[in-house]
Amino acid sequence: MSFLRITSPHGHSPLNTAQVMQAVLLATIPGIVVLTWFFGPGTLLNIVFGGVLALVLEAIALGLRDRAPQRHLKDYSVLVTSTLLCIALPPYAPWWLIATGILSAVILGKHVFGGLGYNPFNPAMVGYVVLLISFPLQMSSWQAPRGLGEIPGVAESLTAMFVPASYDGVTMATPLDLLRQNKGLLLDDLFSSTPQFGQWAGVGWEWVNIAFLAGGVWLIYRGIFTWHAPLAMLITLGLCAAIGFDSGSSESGGSPLFHWLSGATMFGAFFIITDPVSGATSNRGRLIFGALVGVLLYLIRVAGNYPDALAFAVLILNFAAPFIDQYTQPVTYGHKPTKGDDE
Amino acid sequence: MNTIFKIHGGIHPDEEKQLSNPGTVLDAGVPPSLILPLSQHIGKPSSLCVAPGDYVLGGQLLAEADGMVSVPLHAPTSGTVVAIEPMPVPHPSAMNNLCLELECDGEDRWIEYAGCEDWRVETPDRLISCIRAAGVAGMGGAGFPTAVKLMARDRLPLQTLIINGTECEPYITADDTLMQVDAAGIVEGAQILAHILGVEEILLAVEDNKPAALDAMQKAAKARGGDCNVMTFPTKYPSGGEKQLIEILTGKQVPTGGLPADLGIVCQNPGTAVAARDAVCFGKPLTDRIVTLTGRALARPGNYRARLGTPIEHLLTVAGFDPSQNRRLIHGGPMMGFALESSAVPIIKTTNCILVPTEQELPTPPDAQACIRCGLCAEACPASLLPQQLYWYARAKDQEQLERHHLADCIECGACSWVCPSHIPLVQYYRAAKGMIKESKTEKIRSDRSRDRFEARQERLERETLAREEQRAARRAAAEQKAAAGGADDPVAAAIARAKAKKDSAGDESANS
Repeated sequence: MSFLRITSPHGHSPLNTAQVMQAVLLATIPGIVVLTWFFGPGTLLNIVFGGVLALVLEAIALGLRDRAPQRHLKDYSVLVTSTLLCIALPPYAPWWLIATGILSAVILGKHVFGGLGYNPFNPAMVGYVVLLISFPLQMSSWQAPRGLGEIPGVAESLTAMFVPASYDGVTMATPLDLLRQNKGLLLDDLFSSTPQFGQWAGVGWEWVNIAFLAGGVWLIYRGIFTWHAPLAMLITLGLCAAIGFDSGSSESGGSPLFHWLSGATMFGAFFIITDPVSGATSNRGRLIFGALVGVLLYLIRVAGNYPDALAFAVLILNFAAPFIDQYTQPVTYGHKPTKGDDE
Repeated sequence: MNTIFKIHGGIHPDEEKQLSNPGTVLDAGVPPSLILPLSQHIGKPSSLCVAPGDYVLGGQLLAEADGMVSVPLHAPTSGTVVAIEPMPVPHPSAMNNLCLELECDGEDRWIEYAGCEDWRVETPDRLISCIRAAGVAGMGGAGFPTAVKLMARDRLPLQTLIINGTECEPYITADDTLMQVDAAGIVEGAQILAHILGVEEILLAVEDNKPAALDAMQKAAKARGGDCNVMTFPTKYPSGGEKQLIEILTGKQVPTGGLPADLGIVCQNPGTAVAARDAVCFGKPLTDRIVTLTGRALARPGNYRARLGTPIEHLLTVAGFDPSQNRRLIHGGPMMGFALESSAVPIIKTTNCILVPTEQELPTPPDAQACIRCGLCAEACPASLLPQQLYWYARAKDQEQLERHHLADCIECGACSWVCPSHIPLVQYYRAAKGMIKESKTEKIRSDRSRDRFEARQERLERETLAREEQRAARRAAAEQKAAAGGADDPVAAAIARAKAKKDSAGDESANS
């Protein structure tokens, strides 16, 4: 009788790519729940609308590229991209903003380069930056958090999405904006005089960040990615913040804790810069990659003019990833320089 | 107690060792006929010394070692040589190779053989020739002639002999079983090998998932006294890889492109140690071995003592093979073993396991998906390579980068493919890339050679032309000299005058016409 000829190894670990992607999606749940609690159902609707659109676009793109959509849709990768992008978008964004973002992310960020695994840039961040540059007004209108403004219901949110100019919810400057625009107030005074500031950072935002941190730690525990990039990023961000803190003067860039718990810090550290496709690939490379994202994040936050700096920091470092890879190859077995006689 | 060192990477697949009930040896019996490949080892095939029709006894020499890196082959039982022709052999390529078919007469009559009285008083050279004459080749994996490995003593200062009883591949329990049933033989074999190598230190390495074997080895080492040190360490694949084991036990890494002997270390498999002991103490040639027959497609999995050359289909019958749920026949373990196309092939000196899993047990892998560079492979790689990068470069056929990323240091353990969530057959890419590099190197050598030949020829032609010119010049000079010396007798001037006269007369003729 004739047996099947397959090359070794014949066994396989139980983990597959779809499960990796599913784990990432699961790990975003705490963050999404907290976002929804503080800012209402907008983010959830973004994710649902964006997800459906992304699946359709992915299927079309796969079809155009002669790939079987049924097989490739099952890898969940496009849902990860769309979910991450939609988390980053302001809640109650109009539908066309989401659509433009998803289109840029899926087509321009991913399929133009050859689909999953071939994209040099983080697709979600490509989508985000396209929107940020094209529609700065819509991109910087964040709903005021629970307690500071009224939270819209689902029906209201849907109207906001699909009927132009129907929504006049309460938007407020985010804590990062406030800090950047601060002229003349000591940090303590700024915190006590402005309702948007909470205990450590912004009201709502601090809990959003803690929730994403929790999801990220779970992913590291599951072995989905390593701790190198996130930790390096948080460390350099904290160091930069410590240097720029200036004892909380009116020129202060904010404390390390403020930066860790503000804006997209934890979301970025655990869900964006850990994208393996567009990041550095060795552990040493990931340390460098993360560290540089942390530095850029701080610099663009403090000196730049955007609501947050993550997308730019990540895209710039995506450019550098192949270069980092070239110089961070681990020492292969048997290639250790011989210890010599001076030992 | 020696310290244990950590190695990079590694994986923890399901061990499945209990399935084959380690510690008990069953008899596979004598099949109706044996198929004995003339090349069961690394090196040159043995050269035949029997012909079809010959009746041979068990233990009789069938083929002698041909050259230095080769081993002889002996009859595993009595019977008649019926054919000597190419037949399928256990090889990943499913190739045919020259084999000797022995029709067993079932009487199992043997030649008389005798070993050394006391190996302690023999010279290493004499012991090496005993081992060589018994046809012993490494029984753990590659089948390198043991005698050749032992001759490292002539070239390098050696300190340590490691007996590699790690057996880190899932499913396989042949060494585990041997350690349980013949620990004394292994220890004595190790002492013989150490005596030959002139080393002081013997390390018997056993992974901690084999408590019974460990216990047996410790007792045997104690009973025999001397310098045997039984070492145990946490179970992890591929701790039993020679290079990995050396790092675990000594903290040192075998330099790239080098051999363990460069560190003063020689590794041997427990089965090889016993075969060496049998060769030295009894003069018994290597004609059988313990094979783990395992997998859930077998009704009676276990460790079987089988004659070399036993067709795998015979073993499958003995172990109660149920083909209904099975698609794959694997020679070796699930990590590094290769799939066989046909069960007509025989077992050889390096066959430690035959694995016949059910489809549910080891499912046929799904189609590969795109590499997302997750890096799980790099985490798992025991050689600290970057498999994800090697994969890209292998696909791009970028030889420069493949070499820069040390493709040659890949031991093909399969840990990267095992963890790959996209089910990419990474190891297969590396095998292909290694083949490609080897081919292009051979090609380069060949083209270098023909270029050298061409250049040499051009040079020779130029030289010859020059030599001819010189000769001509010399002749001319000689003629001129002669002419100058002869004066009026100048042949050139005479020829010119003749031509002139002819031309003048021709001119007259044409004017007349």
